[in-house]
Amino acid sequence: MEVINALVALTNYVIIPATAYGAQLALGALGVTLIYSILRFSNFAHGDTMAFGTAVVILITWGLQAMGITFGPLPTALIALPFGIAVTALMMLGTDRVVYRYYRRIRAQPVVLVMVSVGVMFVMNALTRFLIGVDQINFADGERFIISARTWNQMTGMREPLTLRTTQAITVVTAAITVAALFWFLGRTRTGKSMRAFSDNEDLALLSGIDPDRVVKVTWVLTAALATIAGTLYGLDKSFKAFTYFQIVLPIFASAIVGGIGNPVGAIVGGFIISFSEVGLTYAWKKVAGYLVPAWEPDGLVQLLSTDYKFAVSFVILILVLIFRPTGIFRGKVV
Amino acid sequence: MSPTRQPGDPSPLRAPLFFAILALLILLEGLTTGWNSALGILNMGLISAIMALGINLQWGTAGLFNAGAMGFLALGGLAPVLISMPPTPGAFAAGGMGILTAFVVATIALVLSVVTWRRMPKGRARGLAVTAILLVGFFVYRALFDPAVTAIEAINPSAAGNLGGLGLPTLISWPVGALLAAGAAWLVGKTALGLRSDYLAIATLGIAEIIVAVLKNEQWLDRGVLNVNGIPRPWPVPYEIDLQARPGFAEKAQAWGLDPTLASTLLVKLAFLALFIVVILLLIWASEMALKSPWGRMMHAIRDNETSAAAMGKNITRRHLQIFVLGSAVIGLAGAMMISLDGQMTPSSYNPLRYTFLILVMVVVGGSGSNWGSVLGGVLIWYLWVKAGDWGPEIMQAVMGPLPEGDFKTHMINSAAHMRMLLMGILLLVVLRFSPRGLLPEK
Amino acid sequence: MSYLDASNMTGGYGRADILHGCTLTVERGQIAVIVGPNGAGKSTAMKAVFGMLPLRGGSVMLDGTDITAMSPQDRVKKGMGFVPQVNNVFPTMSVEENLEMGAFIRDDDFHDTMEQVYTLFPILKDKRHQNAGELSGGQRQQVAVGRALMTQPKLLMLDEPTAGVSPIVMDELFDRIIEVARTGISILMVEQNARQALEIADRGYVLVQGTNRYTDTGKALLADPEVRRTFLGG
Repeated sequence: MEVINALVALTNYVIIPATAYGAQLALGALGVTLIYSILRFSNFAHGDTMAFGTAVVILITWGLQAMGITFGPLPTALIALPFGIAVTALMMLGTDRVVYRYYRRIRAQPVVLVMVSVGVMFVMNALTRFLIGVDQINFADGERFIISARTWNQMTGMREPLTLRTTQAITVVTAAITVAALFWFLGRTRTGKSMRAFSDNEDLALLSGIDPDRVVKVTWVLTAALATIAGTLYGLDKSFKAFTYFQIVLPIFASAIVGGIGNPVGAIVGGFIISFSEVGLTYAWKKVAGYLVPAWEPDGLVQLLSTDYKFAVSFVILILVLIFRPTGIFRGKVV
Repeated sequence: MSPTRQPGDPSPLRAPLFFAILALLILLEGLTTGWNSALGILNMGLISAIMALGINLQWGTAGLFNAGAMGFLALGGLAPVLISMPPTPGAFAAGGMGILTAFVVATIALVLSVVTWRRMPKGRARGLAVTAILLVGFFVYRALFDPAVTAIEAINPSAAGNLGGLGLPTLISWPVGALLAAGAAWLVGKTALGLRSDYLAIATLGIAEIIVAVLKNEQWLDRGVLNVNGIPRPWPVPYEIDLQARPGFAEKAQAWGLDPTLASTLLVKLAFLALFIVVILLLIWASEMALKSPWGRMMHAIRDNETSAAAMGKNITRRHLQIFVLGSAVIGLAGAMMISLDGQMTPSSYNPLRYTFLILVMVVVGGSGSNWGSVLGGVLIWYLWVKAGDWGPEIMQAVMGPLPEGDFKTHMINSAAHMRMLLMGILLLVVLRFSPRGLLPEK
Repeated sequence: MSYLDASNMTGGYGRADILHGCTLTVERGQIAVIVGPNGAGKSTAMKAVFGMLPLRGGSVMLDGTDITAMSPQDRVKKGMGFVPQVNNVFPTMSVEENLEMGAFIRDDDFHDTMEQVYTLFPILKDKRHQNAGELSGGQRQQVAVGRALMTQPKLLMLDEPTAGVSPIVMDELFDRIIEVARTGISILMVEQNARQALEIADRGYVLVQGTNRYTDTGKALLADPEVRRTFLGG
């Protein structure tokens, strides 16, 4: 019984939150890795792209709510999501046309593109703040819980609570659908294959008659979709704040590099490695330890690391990977 | 910025002209808003210029992308707290030894695990041994560290609760700030250099977040978010109160037509200004000398053509590490100077947009690789950043004037303060695109 | 008129020319081989034919049409196929996907062509779901040739197809190339293994310093004592 209590506590405080967070990181890392494979630079503006997309989704959500349109038990933001993606995609295509295209033409070094992405980051950051401000915004509506602590107690009669929030379930389901669609697109469609070919060997792709401008455009649209979905899910699950989205680029980059930058499977695995390490190391294990070792009454929280240092987890994993396996777990690209 | 000019031969009048424009802007600020504000912008602008000199060393001379200037700056800022603040009575006795022993244990565990990793044959046993060393080390470290921290933080928590400093002169803390930053840079550079160029950017982004998190949370060190106030000023900068109390000061001020209080604040700012100018001139002199030496010529050769430099047998990664550490040390110096100027350490004020990415804008706009460009960019961009914060709402107020009062109008006026982000982003993009060599191109 | 007629090609990458009036012709269904010492401009000549090098003089005619000003992509549409010396496959894509990408500019059904490639290179059919990057050197070269064949070119150009493979694999690759030629495709290739290559060549070009030194049938060149002494090591 104690073991089951420990398991329930573990699920409630570690497994469920880390899975949801991991799914959000994975979607973010997929966007970073996609840009990296096709345009060959680390996009520092990705966090702000997520913030911009989410801000648009929130504005549309408010509009829908004002018109009295809701999604029953599900958050209204899910209806707004496709529109948000469309706006963000237009934004990305515009940015590419005005900013990035020139540097591709002159075949600028990747590090110059990183600097350019910093400029884009400032602009996107300003636009987001302009659109929606800097305050914390909670835009999740609909049913709050799939399993609340009370229903869990009624269902099982257990004292140890277990809750599953709607947003957590939606995160995992949406992320799974998105990833499946992305892999189908990259693996089965002609355009998707041409993107992989372009990523593998640009010269040979050009020689085969693949149109680079088209590949780049599709890449930005996909990135916009991934960033908006990731941002919206993160915002639904936690809450929206422009600055948090800026900070989240660190765990996202860490996920992409740990998995092997340029490798989509790696991005997903990396996302979960980072999220489980972060949640696991900053979780206070006192309760679980108390169930498992009844005789032991720990005086501390048995927390390995204070939550203030959650970024340190991403960073340490990143450094370990850079030292021992710079290409990442799934052997990404090293250009 | 004229795109028609052929690159390579900037007019010799270019630099004086731009610095004259800058002087004019500061003068205008002094005449319209007040000299306190003008000198305040200039002083902070010069500190930004020193940060820009550090970043320029890395980006302009070696093409290294440092996305963590904020971290090195904050670490440098720790030096005045640890060097020039008076020690907290009893703090060292209560927990100082505990913390030191904890650090020694942590270091031993790390060294031991590295040695084990190198000495033992590859295999599961090695992985287990290293994990075991690290785990044991971690728990021993926490067992020593946690009670020591509790003991220190219990001492007079409303005013102290930290170790305090050594009570040494503030000027000593400046080079110490540079050393602290250099140490962190060495650790990051050692792991991330020699790999893809953007790995360094991501690693520095990470270390910056962590350094600031440490400063925010380790109360025993710097009181965390409670801030450290009253950090002593560097020699020879006086205090306003002392000046005002000085016999004859009030008369002299009145002879100049100034209110004594105002005169004292201006004099303090001017003293800082003089000090900063000396530091900047020393830095530029040292950097020009270094770049003219064989070492500097090699750095340029490496930047211009890495492959051929590598073919000539130059160890590029080592050179990059040197320049990365040096550049970060300069940023650390700026960090210590900034804390001395402010007189207080407020860890929550470190913001990456302001202290990391804005510095990149300064370097690129000023002219990558050009030291005077960094100084110009540092002061000019800081001026624009401060002023754009004021202008944005004013302009928006004017634009929105005819509209009826309402949510939309309020929202637009409130959001206008963010226009400076937009301005900086567009400025960076425009310079990169149309004038990639910046305002004062490298010779 | 020959199927490919590249005459008097002059040009280079920077200011200095690499090619000085180099002329290459290939007849329909024949194999032409370019040999010569290192730095003779062999690969450059091939790239010039394919439009990857700006020409200052001379012309390239394919099947009677002047293609001198065309981009490489347009030349592919005109019936040229090119297999680069290195990086000539998509390593993280399966063999079948490599072939599909070869046919990217085709709008019609290319499955017959794919079957033809599989008949020519049976090993590729067995490995069609394996990533090209995981294959051996010789197999990868087959993928590369197969990819270029997917556009049904009339002229296939190979840049040192046997570089870095073992002698046995080299013989097998040459056999395959002869088979390709038998299907009516003209072949122009650059080779380091001059002796073996000239043995299968209908026409051989010995290039020195960007210009034609000897031009004859492969057999005649192999028999020429001067060529043997200078270029084939006795």
